[in-house]
Amino acid sequence: MAHEYENHAPMTMRMETPMPYEWSIGKYGSRFFQEIREKNQFIGIRCPGCGKVYIPPRRVCGPCFKELDELVELPNQGAITAFSIVNYPFIDPNTGIQRPIPYTYGYIRIDGADNIFSHIIDETDENKIKVGMRVRAVFKEKDAMQGHINDIKHFEIVD
Amino acid sequence: MPQRVAIVGTGQTDHKSHRPDVNQREMINEAVVRALEDCEMTIRDIDAIIIGNMDHFESINYVDTWSVEGSGGVMKPIMKITTGGTTGASVAIAAYYHVASGLFDKVLAIGWEKNSESDTTAAIVTCSDPVWDRFSYSGAIPSLASEASAYMEQYGATQHDAARVAVRDRKNAMNNPHAHLRKPVTIEDVMASPMLAYPVKLGDVCPRTDGACAVVLAADGIAQKVTPRPAWFVASAVRHTYTWFGDSTDYDQGLVSLKNASREAYQKAGIRNPADELDVAELYLPYTYAGLKYIEALDFCAPGHGPRFVADGHTEIDGKIPVNPSGGVISTNCIGATALLRVAEAAIQIMGKGGKRQVHGANLALATGFGGCFWSDVVLLCGDRP
Ligand SMILES: [Zn+2]
Repeated sequence: MAHEYENHAPMTMRMETPMPYEWSIGKYGSRFFQEIREKNQFIGIRCPGCGKVYIPPRRVCGPCFKELDELVELPNQGAITAFSIVNYPFIDPNTGIQRPIPYTYGYIRIDGADNIFSHIIDETDENKIKVGMRVRAVFKEKDAMQGHINDIKHFEIVD
Repeated sequence: MPQRVAIVGTGQTDHKSHRPDVNQREMINEAVVRALEDCEMTIRDIDAIIIGNMDHFESINYVDTWSVEGSGGVMKPIMKITTGGTTGASVAIAAYYHVASGLFDKVLAIGWEKNSESDTTAAIVTCSDPVWDRFSYSGAIPSLASEASAYMEQYGATQHDAARVAVRDRKNAMNNPHAHLRKPVTIEDVMASPMLAYPVKLGDVCPRTDGACAVVLAADGIAQKVTPRPAWFVASAVRHTYTWFGDSTDYDQGLVSLKNASREAYQKAGIRNPADELDVAELYLPYTYAGLKYIEALDFCAPGHGPRFVADGHTEIDGKIPVNPSGGVISTNCIGATALLRVAEAAIQIMGKGGKRQVHGANLALATGFGGCFWSDVVLLCGDRP
């Protein structure tokens, strides 16, 4: 019985169902989005233990394991510490569809912060972008903001 | 005082890009059967099992429970460990802890992945913070490409320097019958391959592989009876940095988790000059630039000297410190198995079972695991009972 099927290809089964989630942003994270909506202004938070300023603000400093509460205003600009130009297709698990490419994934040290902020940079020509370049945040219109990281549209190179 | 522990058997599948001929349990079973055969044990000899794979890669939770017919875990203590890219090494280290504790004498460690069953990048993206990082994050390649761009800026390393690492690993894979990509490449091939995310090209990165690995660990007193030359655990270390990318990417310090973990392991083992004292290293190098930068974190050479060290041939199979005689991650990457393959291949070298990939006289071996947000596992194995 089995032998007559032996040359048939093994089969697979496919699933394409999206699964919704709803994540808490937290006390200071929510405040961050309110600040950029109301004032187009970044805020960070300073650790009383090590003095590090974190962006985005969070309640605990990992290395010190201390509660944080000193919010600090930060400028909407900084410098590129690393980047890569993403040029291959993949499914975005946030949307279930392919993320538009190419785009530039960037690590940015915001002036006055001690850690690095990750976002996208609107330059996809590798000859026009370098580590160390100055960048500035570009925001959505106030009415279009939703308390989402893409309320910051992208960073643009300013030098 | 913990029990001394050794690896006494290893098994792995013949790795391929797609294994539609087996389902997940069946693929796991292939590696387990081979590991048991290697040390002439049966599943009845096994006291406990540790198993791991990547979350979201196959979209089935609780691998510890649903895979029991493949793993041999029916009515046995079985536990799932998953830590991203380091999963395989974490599985090995957890199995080591189990035996060292004295509560179990013979433990089976399993790592596996069917990379072909999901969109790998989409699955990896789910490791990032959904509010802050996921919007811009695009999986392993650009994250590593960012690290590479900073390394090149800091030390003047080139794409050409990185390509040498692929040439070495892919050449070594020719000697490993289990490796996935068994076709040598040249520097020119790597340089001409498509740019995925500047400065990382297709030839710089690991493949997506379906495969599994299993390792049998045994306690002192049993290990010597099971196999003539067990691979003894000398030290292990685990280090995690932040999982928010902005907090784990202080690139100027090198790969700090690996630096920190390896220093602890070297100290426990009394190693002062790793490049001279280690006989072989199976390193989790998911892309070529890691082959330059991470050997600096491991203190094989000074910061910034990685490109010269590799170009001078010190990491070749007949060099000062042979790296990845198996062909490494650039030749085979079934992610949940990948770091366990490093541990298994290190053990294979000590046990003298490497065949064409054997490093002559290997007695002290280093294996590492690397995980997405720049965290690290380290395992040191030795032919001499510690
Ligand atoms: Zn602190």
